[in-house]
Amino acid sequence: MVEITKTQFSELTEPMWRIRSRLIWRSFIENWKLFMEYPIGMIGLGIIIIFGLMALAHPILMKYVWEPRVYDPVIGYDISILAHPSPPSSTHLLGTDPLGRDVLSQLLYGTRFGFSLGISAALVSVIVSTTVGALSAYYGGIVDVLFMRLADVVIMLPFIAILIVLSALIEFNGFSLAIVYGLLVGFGGQTIVIKSQALSIKVKPYIEAARAAGGSDWHIIFTHLIPNLMPLSFLYMMFTVTGAVFAEAALSFFGLLNIRMSWGIMINTAQAAGYLLAGPEYLHLMLPAGLAITLLCSSFYMVGRALDEVVNPRLRQR
Amino acid sequence: MGNYILRRLFQIIITLVIFQTLLFLILDAQPGDITLQYLTDPRVTPEIRDQMRIALGLNKPPIERYLQWLRNFITGNLGISFSHYPRPVLDIILERAPRTIVLFLTSTLVSFFVGFVLGKQLAWRRGGGFEYSMTMVGVVLYTIFTPWFGLMLIYLLGLRLGWLPVGKFLDPILWRDVPVDANYVFARLGFTGLILSLLIAVLWLSSTRLSPVKRRSLRLIGVLMIVGISLGGWALSEVGYLAADMLEHMILPVTVATLVSFAGTMLMMRNTMLETLKEDFVMATRAKGLSEAEVRDKHAARNAFLPVFTNLIISIPFVLSGGIITETIFSWPGMGLTLLQAVQNEDVPLAMGAMTCVGIFALFAHLFADVTYAFLDPRIRYQ
Repeated sequence: MVEITKTQFSELTEPMWRIRSRLIWRSFIENWKLFMEYPIGMIGLGIIIIFGLMALAHPILMKYVWEPRVYDPVIGYDISILAHPSPPSSTHLLGTDPLGRDVLSQLLYGTRFGFSLGISAALVSVIVSTTVGALSAYYGGIVDVLFMRLADVVIMLPFIAILIVLSALIEFNGFSLAIVYGLLVGFGGQTIVIKSQALSIKVKPYIEAARAAGGSDWHIIFTHLIPNLMPLSFLYMMFTVTGAVFAEAALSFFGLLNIRMSWGIMINTAQAAGYLLAGPEYLHLMLPAGLAITLLCSSFYMVGRALDEVVNPRLRQR
Repeated sequence: MGNYILRRLFQIIITLVIFQTLLFLILDAQPGDITLQYLTDPRVTPEIRDQMRIALGLNKPPIERYLQWLRNFITGNLGISFSHYPRPVLDIILERAPRTIVLFLTSTLVSFFVGFVLGKQLAWRRGGGFEYSMTMVGVVLYTIFTPWFGLMLIYLLGLRLGWLPVGKFLDPILWRDVPVDANYVFARLGFTGLILSLLIAVLWLSSTRLSPVKRRSLRLIGVLMIVGISLGGWALSEVGYLAADMLEHMILPVTVATLVSFAGTMLMMRNTMLETLKEDFVMATRAKGLSEAEVRDKHAARNAFLPVFTNLIISIPFVLSGGIITETIFSWPGMGLTLLQAVQNEDVPLAMGAMTCVGIFALFAHLFADVTYAFLDPRIRYQ
């Protein structure tokens, strides 16, 4: 028995990590081909890439093209225009807001903020929900009861109201909002979904085999259970991005966040200055930010839907 | 089954206590209290503020207040609201809850119905242009930034075209010299709606066994008669125009709440329907020679309906906390707006009361969903 294993391993000319990475690459290509079949996902991905470019464009434009004194998203002011807000013109493609700041610059800056907020909230929620879901499915008993009842409690909390209360306790900036939102989602509904998936993985033969081969609990959880939960976790990451961007915009809209500039603040500014229902000539104050929030949220959601078709074997067409 | 329900009830009590503790902790940890609202009012001196604190019991240590709140809650006393001072919390909730329930129950039921019908079609026509365009529209509406969407609709329908009122619950000018108050009309309106839907449901269920031609005409005549009688009744009564005013104010919020939520059901129904369509019994019904519409509506859709139904039951209690956002945008004086104001004013009893009500409903709906699930799907058994 020992002899055979030795010869088998000695025949391998490549190191182990290279074989592994080739296998991962191959499965990635296969899944990518599956993903390509869904136009919804491709449209979503396209929009995400456009937003990504927009987020990258802002610092470059600020450095080389735009003069910071005029185009800064927060403290910029254009003296050459007499009355603000001004309609779209060649110098300000989307016009200026009631405080004389460039709307396009704000939009691009908000893109960067929304992106980083959404992704970091999604990372926090995925790490929490995957770990907690895997642990409570694997150990069961008291661990399971504890975390599931906690999830029940978190689900019952009205999200917006709780975030408003918490905003009195914590000085929310982008980072702390991302963490709080990620924790609320991670300990809430997402854990329940991940746990039910983990339960069905736990009874698979390869887990049994790993245990028979002498794998410890931690080894099984972290090298067998969690990697197999990853596709579902990744899917829920997409939905969390949507939720986090939405929550930030809603809180900024109510004026509760301490951040420099975001899409929610843009809408809040337009509303607070009374230009909201003023007429079509002030539409450039409301339309870009609202559309950007909707588009970014729906693009991540669409990618999530398409991933669902790839990840969820019961939905496949074949 | 009885054992299972008992165990769940026990868990519900524990969860509720944990929920309340957590809520109280978060609400009480906020800096300051309600008396600080009068900080800029020169008539309210610090001494008066201290007296207010003593009157409201805010000078006691938090643990004592918490225990008192729990004691009162068990005896069914939710306390007195700080911001609406002499009014008991229960009284405020009983006034506000029906407004939210009417608004969001309507939109929840409509959006579930629309989502069910559309999701069924999406799964049936998988891969076509209809599916992709519908999914796109659904996703965009589902993730749209609700405040912005609401404001845009207010701008378009309320301001530009002037078809609908822009917000609020009623038109104050119309109600100025009216002998009745709003709650009087609203309660009767809600009651009419309840009776109406019950009668239609009875009509629907009692006519399922008839032949298709008879059934269709019977249902049509029945619905027309029921709706006609109730409309006539309201038109003849002297408060009919007031009720119409309220209904007019409801159209826009209901539309927004429905449009932003139907896609969730639609996409879920599509997924469960796709799973169901792969099962053997669908092929068996085809082999039996049933028409495609019958396979879809009578066999596949009914089996795919189970998870959607659970979702409906679970989402109904959140009707109570409702769209905080939607209610704020439309200044609809319901539970969501009350909760928001209570939280912002640090009106602890009102916030605790409102959230506890939602919590109790949510927990029981969860239990109800699990029990009905076993009833609808005989394969599920609870020990």
